[in-house]
Amino acid sequence: MNNKYEVVIGLEVHSQIKTETKVFCNCSTDFHSQPNTNICPVCTGQPGVLPVLNKKAVELLVKTAIALDCNINKKSVFARKQYFYPDLPKNYQISQYELPFAEHGNLNISVDDQIKNIGITRIHLEEDAGKLLHDIGARQLDCSLADYNRTGIPLMEIVSEPDMRSPQEAAAYLTALKNLIEYIETSDCNMEEGKFRCDANISIRPVGQKEFGTKAELKNMNTISGVEEALTYEVQRQIEVVENGGKIIQETRTWDPDEKITKSMRSKENAHDYRYFPDPDLVPVNLDDNFINDIKANIPELPEKRKQRLIQEYGLTEYDANVIISDKALVNYYETAVNSASKETENTAKPIANWLTTELLGKLNNAKLTIKESPVKAEYLGQLVALISKDTISGKIAKIVFEEMFNTNKDPQTIIKEKGLVQISDENEIIKICQEAIDESPKIVAEYKGGKERAVVAIVGLVMKKSRGKANPQMVNKILIDLLKK
Amino acid sequence: MNEIIKMSATTLAEKIKNKDLTSVEVTQAFINRAKEVDPKIKAYISITEEYALKQAKESDKKIASGKEIGQLEGVPIAIKDNILIENIKMTASSKILENYVAPYDATVIEKLKSSGAVFIGKTNLDEFAMGSSTENSAFFTTRNPWNTEHIPGGSSGGSASAVSAMTAPLALGTDTGGSIRQPASCCGIVGVKPTYGRVSRFGAVAFASSLDQIGPMSKTVEDSALLLNVIAGYDKKDSTSIDVAVPNYLDTIKQDIKGLKIGLPKEYFIDGLDSDVKKSINEAIEIYKKLGAEIIEISLPHTDYAVAIYYIICCSEASANLARYDGVRYGFRAECDNLLDEYQKSRGQGFGPEVKRRIMLGTYALSAGYYDAYYGKAQKVRTLIKQDFENAFKTVDLILTPSSPTPAFKIGEKSSDPLQMYLSDIFTISCNLAAIPGMSIPCGFSQKGIPIGMQLLAKNFDEQTMFKSAYSYQQSTNWHKQFPNI
Repeated sequence: MNNKYEVVIGLEVHSQIKTETKVFCNCSTDFHSQPNTNICPVCTGQPGVLPVLNKKAVELLVKTAIALDCNINKKSVFARKQYFYPDLPKNYQISQYELPFAEHGNLNISVDDQIKNIGITRIHLEEDAGKLLHDIGARQLDCSLADYNRTGIPLMEIVSEPDMRSPQEAAAYLTALKNLIEYIETSDCNMEEGKFRCDANISIRPVGQKEFGTKAELKNMNTISGVEEALTYEVQRQIEVVENGGKIIQETRTWDPDEKITKSMRSKENAHDYRYFPDPDLVPVNLDDNFINDIKANIPELPEKRKQRLIQEYGLTEYDANVIISDKALVNYYETAVNSASKETENTAKPIANWLTTELLGKLNNAKLTIKESPVKAEYLGQLVALISKDTISGKIAKIVFEEMFNTNKDPQTIIKEKGLVQISDENEIIKICQEAIDESPKIVAEYKGGKERAVVAIVGLVMKKSRGKANPQMVNKILIDLLKK
Repeated sequence: MNEIIKMSATTLAEKIKNKDLTSVEVTQAFINRAKEVDPKIKAYISITEEYALKQAKESDKKIASGKEIGQLEGVPIAIKDNILIENIKMTASSKILENYVAPYDATVIEKLKSSGAVFIGKTNLDEFAMGSSTENSAFFTTRNPWNTEHIPGGSSGGSASAVSAMTAPLALGTDTGGSIRQPASCCGIVGVKPTYGRVSRFGAVAFASSLDQIGPMSKTVEDSALLLNVIAGYDKKDSTSIDVAVPNYLDTIKQDIKGLKIGLPKEYFIDGLDSDVKKSINEAIEIYKKLGAEIIEISLPHTDYAVAIYYIICCSEASANLARYDGVRYGFRAECDNLLDEYQKSRGQGFGPEVKRRIMLGTYALSAGYYDAYYGKAQKVRTLIKQDFENAFKTVDLILTPSSPTPAFKIGEKSSDPLQMYLSDIFTISCNLAAIPGMSIPCGFSQKGIPIGMQLLAKNFDEQTMFKSAYSYQQSTNWHKQFPNI
């Protein structure tokens, strides 16, 4: 990236609020329903219908706003945002303009181990639009199909301040925001299902300049890495325009994930005039202190706090704690595993963290699975580490058992039993095997006795081979040396 | 002439209940009357004969079996064709909804159904309720039964004409700026615009959401009170309906009005007032004096601004409310090969000139850069008009004005001059802006034999005072007992 320019990025995130029913009618919000089955006169904009606000949507938005440290407006107002499009049945979207539910929040992000605070301008409630289908698979349709199942699903639009200075910071912001929302469970944040969408405003300015440059708005980025790629491309494009003596024009651009470029959609001259005005069908919403305080009282432990607890309670390193709290499902998995292990034995928290972040995440990654889809149940990982800690199996055997757990979904005890992998810790039995190994290796024994102490390693290997890896290695070491010294 | 059609709804309900008449007899009598005279006055867009007779039979069966019956059991009612009855065509007198079949019942229709009312037909209106004469109907102009060369008023001209011509004992209208009261005045019947929020708007095609209200139309005050009893009340489907207990309007209607303070706003008794109208109103004032009311001159200082701000507000809201009629999901569609053409042609061909005029005015008033000067300012003046009434009602219980500056004019007389047409609402629109209840009752005839109406206005939710004042007046006069010679 060019050092002459500073990048300025602000993000607008649309996150579907996790309610059973739509925001202004009683239709289901189920994502997997057949097209146009979750619809009614209200969400298809029939004549004479009126919206009725779903209070649950407000509650979940306010919960998100509190988690983002926002001021909650006691009075907020819905407005009509007007534009024509076939996915918008009323040809206006019920949204908010003046007096949104929440303003002036902030969120900490971490990039290269630096913590940075990003301002949240506002969070407002609005209804989602429907979906248009222009092709089915590879087949282009000669018409467009409209599915209104999504129409009227509540969205919270979270608008950030232009506080990000690199595509990496933008990605970190999105990751942190998604993680926070997942913690408080106010949205599924499923990007593939379009439940967490992001538009970006981006401009560049010479380093040291106070005024913002002319911004472009980027759309159609469907993954966090897509956002980062699109922004990286756009920074380069804007720098080239300026370096070549050109001027950035204010416009909306769309990211093409196949070509990996941004393309102009419409310029400022063609920008919509949304003609916002307060929706006369909905009365202003007045939130009283009890409502807000009840929600405050029920905010679960947020990522930052949970991280501190992991460090203090389990003695994790900052690094491990960061990895584990980056995903609510992951930290829940971790704590379930720790609880399960602690029923058996002590001091398993740190080894579980290691097993989780290196072994399990590695394997999941290769198999393209999420932690929620892990074939190894959290309880089982806890049990496995407990078995190591109790010397029932060696670390080496544990890896074999773990491999088997991953492939068969079975619990470690069953696998150990089935495969006969229980560690041999019976002294007499180990003495027997060690004696056999000594008897079969006169040469090595002679070397050892001749002063080459390292030769014992070869005998240990033989013992392990004879015991099919099951002999307790510490005991083998001790007993071998005892026998050899006789 | 069949005597049944001259009976009030109150009498009909009583006779049907006591089995002096069957609902089928009554319904058939009105249908026969409609078949006879409606070709001359064209009040109905559709006469729902089959539907009505089926309902009538059910009512008769219910009464015969001794089951509990509703307040309007077996009594026919005509419904303005911008209110939805499930499975019945609902056109809003627009080409764009010419073949639209309602997919659900309006809340008022649900209430009427459970009260046992029989739906005899859907009545004509100015397209989307925009107009004062029904000349803006996409289908035909309704005639005034008192003189078929004259307009019946509007927009609820079909309902007013139907009741006046005795083709229905009751009708529902909608009133945004006088659309119930002005046609009631033109046709010599009673029309009531309830307090905003008194009657649910759910299922009435929205014109201007902050002003629209459904209300009763009938020959007698008592009948309107009875009908309001049935349709009034909070509805959770309409967030702007208000949760205030609904009194039985018939309980207090017969109370005398001795000592009642009636205000005459000086701004309403202007030079341009038609001399016949002036004479009738003055006579009505004399009657009120005789009934023991105290007449007080008052001032509503912001009256002059009402027409201007009314047209800004109603057009702005209409421009958004009517955006949904685009031919995409239902209604008239001009088939084109691209989206923009389809929008423009569907709406261009589907809407009439007055609707387009108002959409354009509203779109302009809400546009960026104009909002504050028009819509924003209009809302501020609206508050001042509200305050005018609040102040007036500190000294008076009721306000009396003419309903319209002139008796019904001739068809075609004002259709080329929208501004002249807008001024026929000059006395009725402040009531909608202030959200207060208002009604028009017949108070005389012009020298040419065209009915004249007076308007009574009351405090928010004080329909009772309005009804008892109107009832007392009707008990002392015979205007409501006159029948047009059609």
